Amino acid sequence: MKVILIEKAQWEAGVEKARDSYRLFGPVSQGPFHQFRPLAAGQLPDLDYSNTRMSAKELVYPQSEKMFDYTLDKSQPDHHLLKEPQKDYSPRAVLGIRPCDADAFGLVQRNFDTPDYKDPYWIRAREAITLVGYACSAPCSTCFCTSAGSGPFSESGLDVLLVADGDNFLARVITERGEKFMAAAGWDAAAGDDADARIEALRAEAESRIASHIETDNLRSQDTLSLHGAAFWEEVSFACINCGTCTYLCPTCWCFDIQDENRGKQGMRIRNWDSCMFPLFTLHGSGHNPRGKKVQRVRQRFMHKLKYYVDKYEDGIQCVGCGRCVQHCPVNIDIRRVCELMNSYGPSQDACAVAS
Amino acid sequence: MLEYTDKIREIAARLLKEGTVEMVIGFRKGTVPMMNEPCFVTDAGDVDRLIWDGNCGVNLANYLMDRKEKIGIVAKGCDARNIVTHIVENKIDRDQLFIIGVPCTGMIDRRKVAAAVDGEILEVSEDGHNVSVRGQGFEKVLNRQEVLQQNCSLCIHRNPVISDELVAEEVPEQQGVDRYADVRRIEAMDPEEKWNFFDDLLSECIRCYACRNACPLCYCPTCFVDESRPQWVGKSQDPIDVRTFHFLRAYHCAGRCTDCGACERACPVGINMRVFTKKLEKDCLEKFGWEAGLTTDARPPLDTFRPDDPDDFIK
Repeated sequence: MKVILIEKAQWEAGVEKARDSYRLFGPVSQGPFHQFRPLAAGQLPDLDYSNTRMSAKELVYPQSEKMFDYTLDKSQPDHHLLKEPQKDYSPRAVLGIRPCDADAFGLVQRNFDTPDYKDPYWIRAREAITLVGYACSAPCSTCFCTSAGSGPFSESGLDVLLVADGDNFLARVITERGEKFMAAAGWDAAAGDDADARIEALRAEAESRIASHIETDNLRSQDTLSLHGAAFWEEVSFACINCGTCTYLCPTCWCFDIQDENRGKQGMRIRNWDSCMFPLFTLHGSGHNPRGKKVQRVRQRFMHKLKYYVDKYEDGIQCVGCGRCVQHCPVNIDIRRVCELMNSYGPSQDACAVAS
Repeated sequence: MLEYTDKIREIAARLLKEGTVEMVIGFRKGTVPMMNEPCFVTDAGDVDRLIWDGNCGVNLANYLMDRKEKIGIVAKGCDARNIVTHIVENKIDRDQLFIIGVPCTGMIDRRKVAAAVDGEILEVSEDGHNVSVRGQGFEKVLNRQEVLQQNCSLCIHRNPVISDELVAEEVPEQQGVDRYADVRRIEAMDPEEKWNFFDDLLSECIRCYACRNACPLCYCPTCFVDESRPQWVGKSQDPIDVRTFHFLRAYHCAGRCTDCGACERACPVGINMRVFTKKLEKDCLEKFGWEAGLTTDARPPLDTFRPDDPDDFIK
């Protein structure tokens, strides 16, 4: 793959040039944390950040998204018909997305883009977006990406990977979309022959700084029902307050709810992120709730990410190790600890617990 | 406050061994700096799991709801006031509880500590006066008083108002505290300024409901935002719905809120929604001479009726 050299001094001019062809998004400081925001003319992404508070998933899959407009006014010929609203799917580029967040798009795609079901909103938005990643040279202590199938220099999902190297960025161009973006920004200076080796060295250094790891090797072979019935769920779920922090901050959580909202005779159909932590998520029309208890909801979240997903797609866990839920859970429920309990679980442990 | 840990373990072990309680609710050490996790212990052999330090800000009264066991609960000043509120509101029976009272000197605000250093914090320790922070390539000592949660620095009820055994001598209560400077600042704004202030305050809200769910007062079987027949509030990120949630929740807490700070502490995007509940707390104090959770002998002003009520409209 081609590696382009961008002098940091040329960064601003290139970003401005790319703006002619793309709407630009990037991390922006919001005071105590960073969030992805549209970049106004002249505004650069703030690359001095570890990770954004909200993940990048909202750039393709907004928390609230209008699906249809309709009118209930019977004097209108098109009353009670759903009409697709105009949306802007012109090319967009995200500058400075972390590799874990980009990786997550691949996991989420399994839900929105399947042979049987194609989610037009997600797919169109995903196709419109070019991801220019920024390799992590200083991962957080809560990052466990390398054992979650990702990594600080992971290229999966990215179109370009920027690697900071002194006064330069080394830009590895990964896809055709990436090539188009680099051309639009006017960055075309080939890096030297040693660029790949240099990136590999920096990658090894960054990976060695990842201090947090999880074991996932037994998850696939664990018996689903025994894991489901494990005694540790009561203890794991005790502290949980069933808020949506973990699911909403997670780059790989994809669940949504569809609502119709009317104002007078005009209405719209919206889809909003939903969370398996909320009792309403599974409440039946009859009033029955199959996951009416906290312990059931907490178990569902971890079983989905670390067991059902693993079994269904046979390609690792539904987590990229970004560490957001670890850092921001208000009561310190730590997926790394839960993963360890699940991975090392043997039904004999419960038998021992009873015997003692 | 660190020496409380030994005493908490000693009391918990005794209560469990003697069968006074079936479980003890307290904190265990967290997996990231400045975060402890609420936990329960049912076996006297496991009490070493329990700890106490300045990172026990989660309000444990929240964990009593709908439990049937005899419970030992570790309670700092605000937790104890919320336990009183639970007792008054018939959410828990006083006889079900053994309250292990913790005279509190305030909880550390992890956001203030994070803002005071440059770089990721890897380790935090504290003594009575200082908080020592260590990260990659830096070490810094901060004045503990200056990095307390705002509600703690304004707290005038640090000692539990109700308890069965204290883990230590009571601490002196803070004197001459001006609890409502921030509320007065908002009260003084004209309507437009106020509106903009609220809009700005709530702009990052993601409706995760961490504030509501961390709050011991928010125990409705179905919250008004979750009602679907009828549905009172829209579910999207529409600012009207976001505001409705926050404003209405605050009103539901009027005369009940102890300003424990659990809501603000839980918020993943750093919203200080306490300004709403504090305004109502101030009103309750000024209009009814009422502070929540100080006695089991009186009901909160907004859920009582007195024949001598001075207002005509209610008669």
